[in-house]
Amino acid sequence: MVDYVWLIPFFPAVGFVINGLLGRKYIKDRSHYPGVISVGLSLLVAILVFWEVAFGRGGGDVVLYQWIIGTGLEANVGFLIDPLSAVMIMVVCGVGFLIHVYSIGYMHGDGGYYRFFAYLNLFMFSMLILVLADNYLLMFVGWEGVGLCSYLLIGFWFQKKSAADAGKKAFVVNRIGDAGFLLGLFLIYSLFGTFNFIPVFENAHILTAATATIITLCLFVGAVGKSAQIPLYVWLPDAMEGPTPVSALIHAATMVTAGVYMVARSHVLYSLSPYSMAVVALVGAFTAIFSASIGLTQNDIKRVLAYSTVSQLGYMFLACGVGAFGAAIFHLMTHAFFKALLFLGSGSVIHALQGEQDMRKMGALKPHTPRTYWTFLIASLAIAGIPPFAGFFSKDEILWQAFSSPHGSLWLWLMGVAAAGMTAFYMFRLIFLTFHGSSRVEPEVAHHIHESPNNMTIPLIILAFLSVVGGWVGIPEALGGSNQIHHFLARVLEHGAHPDPPIHSTSLEFLLMLISILVAATGIFLAYHMYIRRPELPARLAGRFPGIYQALLNKYWVDELYQYFVVNPIKRGMRFLWDLDNYIVDGAVNGTGFITVLNSRLSGIFDLYTVDGAVNSMSTLFNNGARGFRRLHTGLVHNYALAMVFGIFIFVSLYLFFI
Amino acid sequence: MPELIKFSIPLLSLTLFIPLLGAVIIMLFIPKQRTSLIKWFAFIISVIDFLVSLPLVKYFDPSTNAMQFVEQHSWIPSIGVEYFLGIDGISILLVMLTTLLTAVSVLCSFMAIDYREKEFYVCLLLLSTGMLGVFMALDFFLFYVFWEVMLVPMYFLIGVWGGGRKLYSAIKFFLYTLFGSVIMLLGILTLYFLTPEPHTFNILKMTYELNIPEGLQKWLFLAFFIGFAIKVPMFPFHTWLPDAHTDAPTAGSVILAGVLLKMGTYGFVRFNLPMFPEASHFFVPFMAVLAIIGIIYGALVAMAQEDVKRLVAYSSVSHLGFVMLGIFALNPQGIVGGMLQMINHGLSTGGLFLLVGIIYERRHTRMISDFGGLSHRLPIFSTLFAITMLSSIGLPGLNGFVGEFLILLGVFKATYIYAVFGVTGIILGAAYMLWLYQRMMFGSLDKPENQKLKDCNLREIIYMVSLIIFMFWIGLYPKPYLNIMGPTVDKLVERVNPAYFQTAQQSPLPQK
Repeated sequence: MVDYVWLIPFFPAVGFVINGLLGRKYIKDRSHYPGVISVGLSLLVAILVFWEVAFGRGGGDVVLYQWIIGTGLEANVGFLIDPLSAVMIMVVCGVGFLIHVYSIGYMHGDGGYYRFFAYLNLFMFSMLILVLADNYLLMFVGWEGVGLCSYLLIGFWFQKKSAADAGKKAFVVNRIGDAGFLLGLFLIYSLFGTFNFIPVFENAHILTAATATIITLCLFVGAVGKSAQIPLYVWLPDAMEGPTPVSALIHAATMVTAGVYMVARSHVLYSLSPYSMAVVALVGAFTAIFSASIGLTQNDIKRVLAYSTVSQLGYMFLACGVGAFGAAIFHLMTHAFFKALLFLGSGSVIHALQGEQDMRKMGALKPHTPRTYWTFLIASLAIAGIPPFAGFFSKDEILWQAFSSPHGSLWLWLMGVAAAGMTAFYMFRLIFLTFHGSSRVEPEVAHHIHESPNNMTIPLIILAFLSVVGGWVGIPEALGGSNQIHHFLARVLEHGAHPDPPIHSTSLEFLLMLISILVAATGIFLAYHMYIRRPELPARLAGRFPGIYQALLNKYWVDELYQYFVVNPIKRGMRFLWDLDNYIVDGAVNGTGFITVLNSRLSGIFDLYTVDGAVNSMSTLFNNGARGFRRLHTGLVHNYALAMVFGIFIFVSLYLFFI
Repeated sequence: MPELIKFSIPLLSLTLFIPLLGAVIIMLFIPKQRTSLIKWFAFIISVIDFLVSLPLVKYFDPSTNAMQFVEQHSWIPSIGVEYFLGIDGISILLVMLTTLLTAVSVLCSFMAIDYREKEFYVCLLLLSTGMLGVFMALDFFLFYVFWEVMLVPMYFLIGVWGGGRKLYSAIKFFLYTLFGSVIMLLGILTLYFLTPEPHTFNILKMTYELNIPEGLQKWLFLAFFIGFAIKVPMFPFHTWLPDAHTDAPTAGSVILAGVLLKMGTYGFVRFNLPMFPEASHFFVPFMAVLAIIGIIYGALVAMAQEDVKRLVAYSSVSHLGFVMLGIFALNPQGIVGGMLQMINHGLSTGGLFLLVGIIYERRHTRMISDFGGLSHRLPIFSTLFAITMLSSIGLPGLNGFVGEFLILLGVFKATYIYAVFGVTGIILGAAYMLWLYQRMMFGSLDKPENQKLKDCNLREIIYMVSLIIFMFWIGLYPKPYLNIMGPTVDKLVERVNPAYFQTAQQSPLPQK
């Protein structure tokens, strides 16, 4: 089956071509057939491949064809099948398939229905290329491809300026990251002479710590862009302008995790550079806490989830940075389940409220949308880290590693725990504001509230199921589990995954686990206290601490800072350069032209009056002279005879007198 | 000196003179009232020329660096001038690009040109012969003849069928280029008198049989630099380009961007590098800095434009900066990337000018602010535009990426800091193009003039798709294109940068 792995990206590509070429005119509102069926087929193949890798210990490098071959440059279109990519294709195809099904209901009746499925399929294709690639170059192809699809889908409703702006912002910010990624690729190529993962990792020991640091930091710049970490996270909250299934698939479950995947894939290189590891861990931890704090005060339901995503991605990088690459991928997987579910659930809410996204205009939706509510609650418990939901196991493994790993420290653990508390708070704030309390729904919308159709709720239920049991593949030994996913991934990640700490203190692990559960429970209780028991409390707190509240509400003014310090100077710079081009550079050319013309005018004048004047005066001279001489030309022979005689007389006289 | 391979049929001469023949027939035998006959005849001639040039690829031997399809006849023996044609891996793709774009630009003018059609198509076909000659000539005298001959029809194209300040632009284009070529002529004559008696204009002999002292090399390099840098155009010699592009008719812009600019970069590869290897080395920092300025400066100025055509014109300055940067990496990746990027730029920027022409024909404006929301009304047009734009900003899977990637890789290997500056061009490229796209295609269709626009017709789709096919082909499977250039470029690098093959070729990996 592994040899047929190319079918996995192939099917969505076919779906894209069918919908792209025929969708607008012929398929129209049946566009979900090619869209969904193609992803379903990919999922089938992915399951078979995964099965073979997991239970048959299959895998390997499947090369399709040689792509760029210049002098001494080879890059294949080839796929690497190992536990890491097997997990990734399962997540991408599985969650992707559910979201495709959900979209049938959610996007129903949209004018760009065919376009939506075409783009979504193109995204699946690119994402699968990204995770299956056996070399950095092909990975970069998928990397840029998902960026393009993200651009197209964020700006899907392009008649809205904000949507078009957000799409462009996403693409350009991502390009900044990509530039770093590219430099990393160049370095890898110039040091190893190849882009292929296997030879690069096999020979990674030739790197010095310094070069490993530079390479991994360059790659990390790419990851920071794609996975929305500080300082390049700013595009992700804006990306919520896209349709909600897009937010679920691209901006929560799959694409934004590409950076984590890439770092985990390159764990051999990262492990060579303690400095890079520290940078990754700190950026991750800081992003986790930073964006969770912004999430505390946002009123737009999707923006809360967006900041939550940024924060959870920070967790994954924290895991990578402390060497727990397996834990990062584990969290990536469980996060894909519950965050996709949260977004789809929020989509169901938005659907029920006819496009309303402001939580201040929601409330008491629980009786109207029971399926959405219960699935949403499960996802919230999962992300908050309440056992036995999926998020608990993955998050706890990260926190434990952040504390106990040789790269970890108490501080990293504390930052993680603080972020976890905030996560529990803002998630349940969201739940209480949306589903509980009193209804603040606009009256004209209120009597239309309805639960979403089955093709939307069934994916929710399946994802809810996964959000419950998804973590059970990683129950730690401390709780009597066998942590299967850890051992499964260790087949790839063993280089980086450090051996368990020498003194494996189960009681300490228990204690820390208990603390993090308590913190999460406190967060939930606080949300309950503030938004159900004492609903006036948030406003009073905001009044008491206006500075903090405004800073959080305005997202620390980061967008404004970028506008002021980056965008505006570039805009001024470009205007300045344009003027420079017009007046100085082109001015020099036109000036040369002008001087030439002036010179020619002056020459003309000189020519007219001096050169030609000389000529003319000669002619005048001759003319006037001729006028005098004309008198002599009388035509009378006796006159000529007289002149002749006169001449002879003079010559004879001269002769006689002087000689 | 590379060996010369002859071919049983004079394919190059056929390719070269079919357009000229077509032009003469139109001029002499078709009355000017028969406009549709003129159009179709010109189109058929250009298609025939493209078809005739196809066997060049089929019978080209990509495993050698030899000059192929060589035709060598004495022309003016008293001063050593020959009729000497031949192509190698450096020129073959440019020849193909020229025949392709000539056909496309004839096809795109059917509706756009509505007066003096006869003269227009005659000029276009003459131009084609001039450009092909530049890429095929192996005799410097012949080269110079074609180089100058090609200016005249272009001058008329801009000056007669252009818009805006067309006379100003046409004269600027003509004089600026002429200024450069006259200085180049001095260089050519110097080379001519350096050849042993009897003097010759044979380019191959000049390249491989002269040992020019380094001091003189530098002067000659500069003489040729002026000629080619204006043509490319490199910063700061670029200001004729936006004017010429903006005021030229669509076909003129396509040819100008697609082929004419490549004559400058081609000149650097064909003449400067192999003839003056030491000087080329010496001038690398100078060239690289100018190229980088061009990349960033061109992109920033493009971002500030309000006229679509000017924006695309400035983007050319940026893209050609990439090409020059790649060439002066002086290693195979950089030069192959630069060569490929010449083709890519011809396809993508040529395509963008075609698209701007399509919308201009319907709307008679090029100001970005006059558009907005076009993708509601023109889905095919905006899709074609999107693909071409993505090719231009180097999205993987399309042609631009392969070229840019190879260039930056080569530059990185040569001097990494240049590549660091180079990649900023990629970011800015995405910014100005996406912003343009957003302002034209996205948003609401609020201008009443735009609400009745017609989408692309079959003719327009045909010529756009013919370019887009190549964008995907090069993007997905560039191997044949790279292979065809490989040996020639290797030979070139061996000459200009012999150290490369001695040191860098060994893989840093331990050998298995």
